[in-house]
Amino acid sequence: MTEMNLYLTIILSPLLASTIVGLFGFALGKKISHSLTILGVLISTIGSYCLLNKVLNGGLTYDGPLYTWLTVGTQSYSVGILVDSLTATMLTIVTSVSLMVHIYTIGYMKGEEGYERFFSYISLFTFMMIMLVMANNFIQLFFGWEGVGLVSYLLIGFYFQRESATFANLKAFLINRIGDLGFLLGIGLVLAYFGTLNYAEVFAKLHEISGVTFLNTGWNAITVICLLLFVGAMGKSAQFPLHVWLPDSMEGPTPISALIHAATMVTAGIFMVARLSPMYNMSETALSFIAIIGAINALFLGLLGLIQNDIKRVVAYSTLSQLGYMAVALGCGAYSVGIFHLMTHAFFKALLFLAAGSVIVAMHHEQDMRKMGGLWKYMPITYLVTIIGNLALAGIPPFAGFFSKDMILDAASNAHEHHMFGSSFVVFCVYAAVFVTACYSFRQLFMTFHGKERFREVHHDDHGHDGHDAHGGHGHSEPKESPWVITLPLVLLAIPSVIIGWLAFDKFVPGEFFNGTIYNAQFFAEEIAKDPIAPLAMIMHSLHQLPVYLALSGIIVAFIAHKSPAFVAVVKAVFKPVIYVMERKYFMDDLFINIFAPIGRALGKILWSIGDILLIDGLIVNGSARVIAIFSKIFRRAQTGYVNSAATYMVLGVLILLTFCTGLILH
Amino acid sequence: MDVTSVLFYVFSAILLISGLRVITAKNPVHAALFLVLAFVNASCLWMMLGAEFLSLTLILVYVGAVMVLFLFVVMMLDVDLEAIRKGFWKNFPMALVLGVVVLIEMLLVVLKNPLVTMSANSDPATNISNSNKLGWVLYTQYSYPVELASMVLLLGLVVAVALTLRKSEKAAKYQNISKQVATDSKTRFTMIKMDAEVEDKGEAQ
Amino acid sequence: MIGMTHYLVLSAILFALSVMGIFLNRKNVIVVLMSIELMLLAVNFNFVTFSSFLHNVAGQIFVFFTLTVAAAEAAIGLAILIILFRNLRSINVQDMDQLKG
Repeated sequence: MTEMNLYLTIILSPLLASTIVGLFGFALGKKISHSLTILGVLISTIGSYCLLNKVLNGGLTYDGPLYTWLTVGTQSYSVGILVDSLTATMLTIVTSVSLMVHIYTIGYMKGEEGYERFFSYISLFTFMMIMLVMANNFIQLFFGWEGVGLVSYLLIGFYFQRESATFANLKAFLINRIGDLGFLLGIGLVLAYFGTLNYAEVFAKLHEISGVTFLNTGWNAITVICLLLFVGAMGKSAQFPLHVWLPDSMEGPTPISALIHAATMVTAGIFMVARLSPMYNMSETALSFIAIIGAINALFLGLLGLIQNDIKRVVAYSTLSQLGYMAVALGCGAYSVGIFHLMTHAFFKALLFLAAGSVIVAMHHEQDMRKMGGLWKYMPITYLVTIIGNLALAGIPPFAGFFSKDMILDAASNAHEHHMFGSSFVVFCVYAAVFVTACYSFRQLFMTFHGKERFREVHHDDHGHDGHDAHGGHGHSEPKESPWVITLPLVLLAIPSVIIGWLAFDKFVPGEFFNGTIYNAQFFAEEIAKDPIAPLAMIMHSLHQLPVYLALSGIIVAFIAHKSPAFVAVVKAVFKPVIYVMERKYFMDDLFINIFAPIGRALGKILWSIGDILLIDGLIVNGSARVIAIFSKIFRRAQTGYVNSAATYMVLGVLILLTFCTGLILH
Repeated sequence: MDVTSVLFYVFSAILLISGLRVITAKNPVHAALFLVLAFVNASCLWMMLGAEFLSLTLILVYVGAVMVLFLFVVMMLDVDLEAIRKGFWKNFPMALVLGVVVLIEMLLVVLKNPLVTMSANSDPATNISNSNKLGWVLYTQYSYPVELASMVLLLGLVVAVALTLRKSEKAAKYQNISKQVATDSKTRFTMIKMDAEVEDKGEAQ
Repeated sequence: MIGMTHYLVLSAILFALSVMGIFLNRKNVIVVLMSIELMLLAVNFNFVTFSSFLHNVAGQIFVFFTLTVAAAEAAIGLAILIILFRNLRSINVQDMDQLKG
């Protein structure tokens, strides 16, 4: 069972490292702590590559239980491992990005309070994510799902002394609860209708269940299940309207923004839908819903990126937008394309975040782009990798993002041709979002690295956003390139950002890599099979297509805006009401904070005062105690404490017994 | 009426009267003495029943040991007799009712039970004495219970001592045996040097 | 002729007397203990009677053990009584109300 050993090594080495560092970090010291966790993740990464190699060349698949966790009646729940091409792909992404982030953290968190704690958390996160992707049943998926959510919560609130951080992590936690409620209900319905939670068994039963309606409502049961599960994905993958937690999660340290809130955890929802693709294929309603939600994310949340001044928030909104793209791909039945974009995005978005982190370190934890500018000559490596990341993000050929994004646009058009509900809206959104993406990403680039060196004017004592400054670098020291522990991951991530699209294109899009794992919707699969495309041909083809020019025009607009403030002023004047709405984030925060939260609180208060205080505490808890007290008061009189009364009662009892026996004998 | 009947009635009469006196006597010492009398009569009756060993044991154990213990305790404690007698007559009606009810019920069982009239006293007339018979059974069939009974007695002994022993109090004197055994001539007798007493004239005046 | 019934009635009367004794001397622990001894005697009487009339030696063996237990009980009971008296300066049952609820 060498394969089994491999799986267990991949799963357990980050957990082991995390546990040791988490429990004994204070004693081990910083050096051993980070070496240990990096070693754990490194082992996991090497294992993942071995696994990927085996899957690619040997077609390795495995689906089996590890051990039975519990048995209830005839149902048994086991921890199991599912290994196939999707698992191997996700594992590779997760462990690679995690490894890069681990190394990067050494530089970024240098001298920070809770250094060991941070490493323990991110290793734990890696373990949870591996559990999530390797799950072969819904319960284990849910375990990983909640596990990553927990670590995310802990890490957003890493600077727990800051009020904004605790607010943000509570927000993330609560919004995710909404999603998780849907997810849990979905799992419950799966158990109710399929009688099992194992993926393979559920898929085998799909055709039996396909005609069943949900509780006499006339809705298709599978549609209901798919929608509920997607509600979970909406929470975790920050889809509109449950996206509000993601921008705020930028309160956490930058490495975790890169790892958790860009590359891996937020893609868990995308992964889940792709994993359950046979089920989602049975429900056109659910697919349309996913596509429309994704389109809203892609365009409207991308637009918000245009008006942000915080360097990390720009990247955060672009993450939302890209997650929207992935959801559109899923909704159009092109699951493999969604995973393809997930992969390319993981690399270039992690790269962008880490680059932003590098800038933040150089600016002594200043995140406001209005106080940067002209950094390109001080930080050449960071500058270069940011350009690569932004080109990949904007979808300029031949960078990684181009291939995946272009395929999504194709998938959307294809869905439109097949008259999917809402597809015209979707197509419009994804095309417009190409322009927007290019625009905000290059705006960020220009503001940060070009123009006047505004950091010389500002005094660090008025930066309200980032109250703590561990490096103590106040004053006007020259910004300088980050140390090698930061730049090495950047370079290592820049390489896949350039080439991964090209390399993986064959495997993911027309190839048979995902056969037996992901089942693309029929119309999309047919379309792909009709005319298979090679990467090079695709680049040539794209040159006389709309998207590339949309992206280029986006870059040009960003450049104009950068060069002439007058243009910006005009735009601002013309679109004043729109910008106001955008500045308020489409009132989504107001909606949640001022309407839903008070309603929830009021509901809670009513339930608390009536249900808890009156019924449970008053009637059941204290009521039962009071009844007992009343009876005790009466019966206490019998307890005189005198020996002779005890003797009296004893004799009386004997007498009664005697009478009874006498009666028995005499009969 | 033959001699055994006369003896039975005499003994049982004394037994019942002394039993009555035990529960009604004003002075606990008298009660204890009447209890001794009751036990002696009971042992006589047991003798008549052919249980010679037990009747002698009753005398030895109860009259010789337990009752002496009772008397010891009664005489050792300085009891306020008047206070203790209070409420005696108040309890009398209830006690009478209960006693009568118990008696009636038991008599009903004894007199109506077919088991009681079942056997006739047809002695197989063996030469084996009662003690002999008892000994055979006790040390063969019941040897483990005998061991257990001895443990119970040991327990009673230890508990009684443990409860009443007061080591902490200065008044209680007891010997340390091991210390006594370990003594030799040097530890028994110590020479102390001291100055001769000289009368201090200056002080005295 | 004196039969089994005579002895059983005698022990029944003795038992009833001792029950009365417990209720009459509600305050005097010593007499209560004595009543209990009397009660045990009545019970033993029954054993001996049955043993003798039914020719079964087991009854007398049982009496043997009852005597053992009764002796131990008397010893421990009196020891308790002594420490009780030492602490309360009284053997009045009414004073023993520490367990009162």
